[in-house]
Amino acid sequence: MSTIKVSIVSSSEEIYSGEGTMVFATGSLGEIGIAPGHTPLLTGLAPGPVRVQNGDDEKTFFCSGGFIEIQPDLVTFLSDRAERAESMDEAEAIKAQELAEKNMHDKESDLDYTKAAAQLAEAAARIKTIQKLRKNK
Amino acid sequence: MANTKEVRKQIASIKSTQKITSAMEMVAASKIKKTQNEMQLGRPYSEKIKEVISHIANSSSEYSHPFYEHRETKKACFLVVSSDKGLCGGLNINLFKQVISKSAELKARGIESSFALIGLKAASFFKSVGGDVVANVQKLGDKPDPDALIGLTKTVLDLHRNGEVDQVYLCGNGFVNTMTQEPKVEQLIPLPAEETDELTATHWDYIYEPEAQELLEGLMTRYIESLIYHAVIENSACEQAAKMLAMKNATENAGDLIKELELLYNNVRQAAITQELSEIVGGAAAV
Repeated sequence: MSTIKVSIVSSSEEIYSGEGTMVFATGSLGEIGIAPGHTPLLTGLAPGPVRVQNGDDEKTFFCSGGFIEIQPDLVTFLSDRAERAESMDEAEAIKAQELAEKNMHDKESDLDYTKAAAQLAEAAARIKTIQKLRKNK
Repeated sequence: MANTKEVRKQIASIKSTQKITSAMEMVAASKIKKTQNEMQLGRPYSEKIKEVISHIANSSSEYSHPFYEHRETKKACFLVVSSDKGLCGGLNINLFKQVISKSAELKARGIESSFALIGLKAASFFKSVGGDVVANVQKLGDKPDPDALIGLTKTVLDLHRNGEVDQVYLCGNGFVNTMTQEPKVEQLIPLPAEETDELTATHWDYIYEPEAQELLEGLMTRYIESLIYHAVIENSACEQAAKMLAMKNATENAGDLIKELELLYNNVRQAAITQELSEIVGGAAAV
């Protein structure tokens, strides 16, 4: 079976480097599936889960915003922050979402609206990743 | 001749200084590991983003980013990365010397310089030397936060975008090993042309989602940010290494000084005893 080289890096560390037969991620214009031999593509990376399938084995990672570069034989995720989905805590994520929602509605808050919206999107994506992971188990 | 009490006092004061310097040496030695580790962890990201950027440079894109554009240079900006704390030997001053000489070289060609400074030491140096300082960040601590650098990066990139600055140089210390650090002045913008690889052979381009301009703008900014962040991390590893070395030397020098002073102390004490004895003998003979 043909594979594609996958690397997921965040500014503070390397998250994953290996082969995959199929990769799913959330691009800035919607979800994309990447198979080996994909045409060169450059797109934004929206906060959300990244799934790397290698045969029957599947790994899930969480990426916050960044970029995806695709070449026929390799795909690179440049995430501002990425983490292994297993290490994520749902309670923490929900707390972050509540805080972000509060910031959005709170007009007195010093945070500007766009920043709060970005925070909310990230927290929501984080929760989605955890829940998806639960269902698969 | 000095009296014994004075010499003893001096020895005690040097000993306490030696204790401080040796403690600082040990602190720096333990921090080196941490900063070096951080440098290594950040490396995959900078390597990958560099790879992507060079792919983009080699693609036949419909849109060419202004960071690649060589325009007539009238003004250059130096991004100087320094430490916040002193006591690290000639680390900062060696870098500043190189920055100043590069700036003088540019001036001879009619190019004005401005400076964007990271770290307290650079701020105080350029305050005394004088120079057009456009941005300043300091007190990043031992664990620099990438977010803290965004403002400074944006200021510099905006200057470039508005045409107020045509060239940007990144100046910081390069970590060779624990004993050697090397001041570096590298051109950041326009991006130096990458060596070509097999990808240039064919005519190809990316599909961009959404627009090429928007995407490349974000990616380039991220790239510059990552380069600056890496320089800051590297500089902080250099700072700890240089500090360890400087403090080691200081501790050794203090040891030498103490040895000399102890010799002097014994001489003085012996001289006093001899004198007292001769006085007693002289006194007894007189009776």
